[in-house]
Amino acid sequence: MSLPFIIIAFVTLFAAAAAMSLRNLVHCALAFVVAFAGLAALYLQLDAQFVGFAQILVYVGAIAILIVFAILLTRSGDTPNEAVLAPGWIYGIAVSAVVFTMLGWAVLNSSALPKQTPPAPATTVKNIGDLLMTKYVLPLEIIGLLLTAAMIGAVIIALKEPSKTDYSGRKT
Amino acid sequence: MTPLQGCLLVSALLFAIGFAGAVTRRHAILALVGIELMLNAANLNFIAFWRYGAHPEALTGVMFVIFSIAIAAAEAAVGLALIIAIYRHKKTSNLDEVKELKG
Amino acid sequence: MIWIVKNLWLIPVLPLFAAGIIAVNKQPARKLAATLAIGSMALGFLLSLCAFAATLGHHGDGVFREVFSFPWIQFGGQWMDIGWVLDPLTAIMLMMVTFVGMLIFIFSVGYMAHDENFMRFFCFLALFAAGMLGVVIANNLFLFFVSWEIVGLTSYLLIGFWYHKPSAAAAAKKAFITTRIGDLGLLLGMVWLYAETGTLNFYDGGKGCLESGALATMLTHATIGGMAVSTMIGLLIFLGAVGKSGQVPLHVWLPDAMEGPTPVSALIHAATMVAAGVFLVARVYPLMSVGGIIGAHGVPVTTSLTVITWVGAITAIFAASIAVAQNDIKRILAYSTVSQLGYMMMGLGVGGVAVGMFHLITHAFFKALLFLGSGSVIHGCHEEQDVRKMGGLKKYMPVTFAVYAVGMLALAGFPLFFSGFWSKDEILHSAHNWPVSHIPFLLGCTGALFTAFYMTRQVALVFFGSYRGHEEKSAHGHSAHAHSHSSESSHDPHESPAVMTVPLIILAGFAILLGFVGTPAWPWFDGYLTGEEFKFDFSKLTEPGTLGLMLASAAIVFTGLGLGWFLYGKRQRKTVAEKDVLEAAQPFIYKLLENKYFIDEIYEATVIRFNAFAAWLCDFADQWIFGGAVLLVKYITVGLAWLYRLTDEYFVNLGFDTGCEALREGGGGLSKLHTGRVQTYLRVIGVALVALIIFLIWGRKA
Repeated sequence: MSLPFIIIAFVTLFAAAAAMSLRNLVHCALAFVVAFAGLAALYLQLDAQFVGFAQILVYVGAIAILIVFAILLTRSGDTPNEAVLAPGWIYGIAVSAVVFTMLGWAVLNSSALPKQTPPAPATTVKNIGDLLMTKYVLPLEIIGLLLTAAMIGAVIIALKEPSKTDYSGRKT
Repeated sequence: MTPLQGCLLVSALLFAIGFAGAVTRRHAILALVGIELMLNAANLNFIAFWRYGAHPEALTGVMFVIFSIAIAAAEAAVGLALIIAIYRHKKTSNLDEVKELKG
Repeated sequence: MIWIVKNLWLIPVLPLFAAGIIAVNKQPARKLAATLAIGSMALGFLLSLCAFAATLGHHGDGVFREVFSFPWIQFGGQWMDIGWVLDPLTAIMLMMVTFVGMLIFIFSVGYMAHDENFMRFFCFLALFAAGMLGVVIANNLFLFFVSWEIVGLTSYLLIGFWYHKPSAAAAAKKAFITTRIGDLGLLLGMVWLYAETGTLNFYDGGKGCLESGALATMLTHATIGGMAVSTMIGLLIFLGAVGKSGQVPLHVWLPDAMEGPTPVSALIHAATMVAAGVFLVARVYPLMSVGGIIGAHGVPVTTSLTVITWVGAITAIFAASIAVAQNDIKRILAYSTVSQLGYMMMGLGVGGVAVGMFHLITHAFFKALLFLGSGSVIHGCHEEQDVRKMGGLKKYMPVTFAVYAVGMLALAGFPLFFSGFWSKDEILHSAHNWPVSHIPFLLGCTGALFTAFYMTRQVALVFFGSYRGHEEKSAHGHSAHAHSHSSESSHDPHESPAVMTVPLIILAGFAILLGFVGTPAWPWFDGYLTGEEFKFDFSKLTEPGTLGLMLASAAIVFTGLGLGWFLYGKRQRKTVAEKDVLEAAQPFIYKLLENKYFIDEIYEATVIRFNAFAAWLCDFADQWIFGGAVLLVKYITVGLAWLYRLTDEYFVNLGFDTGCEALREGGGGLSKLHTGRVQTYLRVIGVALVALIIFLIWGRKA
């Protein structure tokens, strides 16, 4: 547990907490970006460089932007006046606390976890590419299909419906 | 505490935070954000196990996480499209008011 | 098989068809009805002649007997036959019934011409003829009983022909019920006979119940009182004959049966139905006579035959004494019939089948003649039946008078020329030779005296003297004869039309001629029936026993005739209300005789009252016990229904409703889980995840 790890972990966690608790949604989105960036740093720390950069590309570059667009389109950019928390929020907090407790206890008391730290693997993009084209070619194709379907689906769902004219000539 | 355990704890905490947010906040987009956080926590878990587990040269963890990120992207897109569509219908992005399935 | 034997069934079936066709025809079709009925009887007569011809020429080698039977119905594993038999007894009865029946049908055409129920009358007459002929030809207990019952039924229908008269309806009921009592005995006897012998056929090529094998078995079996089974069965069957033939004590229906039209009285209650009882005894004579000691002249003596003789003798004298004091022309003849039936039974008992049957045949002719003659008289006197209101009809109705006189002399037994003499003489002759007792003989002689006496009285009162019917008529003053007092000639009796007198003349001829087939000099009848040899032999007439008896009976008859003429012919009564000679002499005895020894009143006080009480008891039981049971069932059912409804409403429905309510509430409660809020669902999923992890870990640990 080196120091950089701790610092990056702390930043990520703090940003995540902030993303979940800030009042203004745009602030939440920004904290969200920081959290993703922190995670990417963690991936780099763990010698998963490709994943780290893929994380920045996809999450920060696409998903976070998507969220900002959604905030924009749902007119939630202003600070809301009413309460931010859903009714019965205390149960949610309780449940998540219990979940964390369970997971943490499992992690700390598990005897199945390996003790030694193996050496850092030499992973190159070439290796990943090779694997994608040979062993994981089917998931790759399916992912392609999935992404296409998701894109089309999202477009259709979010499409503004063509305005209908009712009998009196008014546009709906 | 091994580094692995540390990573796992971080991932668990991240998961809990994401869960708490998804379940607690009123706004629909924030629920989605919480879900993204949970997914990311799981990805972290995978990478941690890949780095500190057996056979890191098989790149299994990395592969999984790559696909997971792709799927998360697709899911975020569709989910946000849904939220926009619901906003158009009900003029609200408040999760409490989308109670069509009540009963 | 001779064709006539195979087709013997036609003889009863032809009148049956005639009855059926008449029944379904629209009214009025008088010519059709009369033609059908008379035609069927005429055809029957022709066929009977053929049957008779077939039986001739067999004397000397046993009795001719041909049987035709066929299986008819199966019950269980056994087949029941139906069949008919042609033997001398059957042939002679067939001829008598069809011929006398035909003549009476012709007479009825005239007699019932004014009646509006002409068709119904002929339908019933034809049905009766069918039944009677069925009785005659039956070879089978079942067929015999069915025909016997048809005869009883039609008798009821015909006695009560004018049913709107209460007396006629009551008389019909009385006839039916009284004969029913006899029929009960007959049925018991027949059932027992079937049980003992295992066959319903009389003659069946050796297996029949009247043939030697069966008879021997019945003789050996003993029953109550040590009597042989054959005796008991014989007595039970005789009970049926007692009812049908009006023997004492079941004679009470016959005089009342005179309520029916006169042709009915002639046919049924003189010639045929009442003769059916005698025929029955003759038919089962082998049963009656089995095991008896052979007396004089080869006549067996058994217990059954002794009982029959006594009953017959008592009936003969009983009825003859009553007839002396009656004032209704038909009643006198009715009691005379009862008396003569007693003679027939006595004849069967002491002399055998031939003796009894001979008197039956001759009696059929002269009694039918007398009844039809009285019918002619009644018709001529405008429906008047009281002899005190008649008189001097000799000059108004000469033909009727002539034939009536012939009949009366035949009945009385006027010697030599009239059939009654020969037949009655046969009976008295056999009674004289009866080894058991001489009393029946003496009773028979007394009865013959009475018979001659009352018949002379009747003829004298009706045909001689002066007509007394004017007194009543002029007192009434009929509306139809408003000017009546001067024109008395329209009230006078008139002779009947030819359609009524011609049958009378034919019957009269037979009343004379039939006697000659049974004289001792030429015992054709005897030989014909028993299958023995006989020859024409005048010397038989002069045998000491025979000649003495003939002279004695002639003397009795002349005494009776003379006494009757002296008391009633010479000193005629002048008015209606004048007392009868005998009544003036011996009022008490006369009253007793006039009221029929009060037998009807005795029956009324005992049997009828008991019957009424039993009927009341049954009604009471029916209303209260059975009715009560039904009511109880009804109330139980209603109560149960009410209980079910209660259960259904409160338990089943309520339970069901409560269950459904609970389900709905539970569902309602459960549906609260569906808040529609996604975050709630997520929370639940979180809890489930935790629970799963705990389960897995602890499960792994354990």
